[in-house]
Amino acid sequence: MKKYLGKGVYGSVAIGKISVFKKCDAAVTRIHVEDTEKEKQRVKAAKELAAKQLTEIHEKALREVGETHAQIFEIHLMMLDDDDYNESIENIIDTQSVNAEYAVALTSDNFAGMFSSMDDAYMQARAADVRDISNRIIANLTGANTDSTTADEKSIVCADDLAPSETVSLDKDKVLAFVTAHGSSNSHTAILARNMNIPAVIGVGDSFLAEINEGDTAVVDGFTGEIIVSPDEQTLKAYTEKQKRDEEQKKLLQELKGKENITLDGTKINVFANISGIDNIGAVLLNDAGGIGLFRSEFLYLENSDFPTEEQQFHAYKRVLESMAGKKVIIRTLDIGADKQVDYFGLKKEENPALGLRAIRICLTRPEIFRTQLRALFRASVYGNLGIMFPMITSVSEVERIKAICEEVKAELKSEGIEYSDKTEIGIMIETPAAAIISDRLAPMVDFFSVGTNDLTQYTLACDRQNPDAEEFVDTHHEAILRLIEMSAQNAHKNGAWIGICGELAADTTLTETFLRMGIDELSVSPTFVLKVRDTVRKTDLSK
Amino acid sequence: MVTKTVTVVNEQGLHMRPAGQLAAEMKKFPGCTITIASGDKTAKATAVMQIMAAGLKKGSIVEITADGDNEQAALDKAVELFESGFGE
Repeated sequence: MKKYLGKGVYGSVAIGKISVFKKCDAAVTRIHVEDTEKEKQRVKAAKELAAKQLTEIHEKALREVGETHAQIFEIHLMMLDDDDYNESIENIIDTQSVNAEYAVALTSDNFAGMFSSMDDAYMQARAADVRDISNRIIANLTGANTDSTTADEKSIVCADDLAPSETVSLDKDKVLAFVTAHGSSNSHTAILARNMNIPAVIGVGDSFLAEINEGDTAVVDGFTGEIIVSPDEQTLKAYTEKQKRDEEQKKLLQELKGKENITLDGTKINVFANISGIDNIGAVLLNDAGGIGLFRSEFLYLENSDFPTEEQQFHAYKRVLESMAGKKVIIRTLDIGADKQVDYFGLKKEENPALGLRAIRICLTRPEIFRTQLRALFRASVYGNLGIMFPMITSVSEVERIKAICEEVKAELKSEGIEYSDKTEIGIMIETPAAAIISDRLAPMVDFFSVGTNDLTQYTLACDRQNPDAEEFVDTHHEAILRLIEMSAQNAHKNGAWIGICGELAADTTLTETFLRMGIDELSVSPTFVLKVRDTVRKTDLSK
Repeated sequence: MVTKTVTVVNEQGLHMRPAGQLAAEMKKFPGCTITIASGDKTAKATAVMQIMAAGLKKGSIVEITADGDNEQAALDKAVELFESGFGE
């Protein structure tokens, strides 16, 4: 029994026999030829065949992964027809009097090299596309069999790496999973695997391929990225059970689709999702989250090399609100500090960034940044159900200032004839001990609280979250934290405000019952935990 | 020879798809040499790989030049593609 570790690309467990993917990387040899015309004709024929093959692959991709991901094969077809690419091949044949295979291989190296050396990750990835089409042409020239596996039964396909076209060509019915020695989780190959729902592990390293044999039994854990070849009985049993549990889980969670988040005794609670960008909205909707409890707006600032403009922000917020079609979206204003890489902010290096000029403090000391974000938010508010949330709150005066600025921004928009929604809720994060302790004074000033348990725990227990040496001193279930949350909940409700939890503790299902008993109105968690929390809520009975 | 300057409006710049679209459309004007230039980068507008290699990002100022048969029509088509964000 031997274990290997790579990166899991799709969460699922596969158990089966290994089949080694024979790559037709027939070493290309440079051969001197007399009849250059013949070589050019061979290239033409090989290219025509390649075009036919790619068209078929494109159609398969359209069926299995959808248009967006299938598009790369349209591009491959275009690249096949590229003037420079073809001229390069013909020139090499003519000037060097060499065989077609060599000319294509050399051209491939040159073009791939050109893309690899560009300073854009997207362009660097195009090198793989050039190699993919070139290898296809060479395979057609040499007459090599491009059919991946000849296995009759389902197997775990193991390869050095898989080009996008090879991934799509995999017969889903014959492939239990695939494992590659190399590859990146952002490559087209990984994306395609995810969309084809094939468990996959990539980047397992070269030793893997050297040591496995065709027909070996293996376990592929797409969650953890582990591969276990020739597992012993104990391991095999454990994984078979894991696989069964996983399948049951997936089934059960599909059963929860569309069901209410209500306990056995009839207590309701909202289960929302936390996201960091527009791309995650799909996951939010897929898991039936009732809304977005935390939309981290920082990505707009972190992804840019300069302050995002009001227009850029407005479009991003509008898109989220529209995509959520009336479900509540709570957007937190920018929450960064000196510990994050945003050079253009010009933040001075700080001894204690967690205790320094961060989040709302930056917004209040640099109101132009704050106003731009608020303008964009209020403008977007007419497109959906928006709540605005302010981080790192510690005092009543902060909230007074914030609300005054909000009123000014609204008045400004009104005078410009720009609409905003009066129904926009205003809330604050309870993530400092101060905010929790004076929550009775803060509650009347806002529409809601949202507890940021990560920071609240850090500040209350005086323990750095990122410090591994201090880990043993952090008790995420510490009574102090729970008391602060309960206190905040009571004060919120006494003053007609609702309270949610958006920190990691919200996903801790050992605390769901506690939170329900506290009367917490909303739990907002990472999209992958939404169903788990919903399931726990539905199984809880507070009357017991 | 005719020329016009445009700006790249696509969020992801001139990536694969718009590059492919530009090349495909420009190939419909044989007998006309169409080039795009931005800063120190130039590319033949019919060569998808050259266009991609130019790595034109959002906001890049591009000078389109068309020289030969039907040059005005070619230029107009290219300009239309750039300005419409290649339909994205």
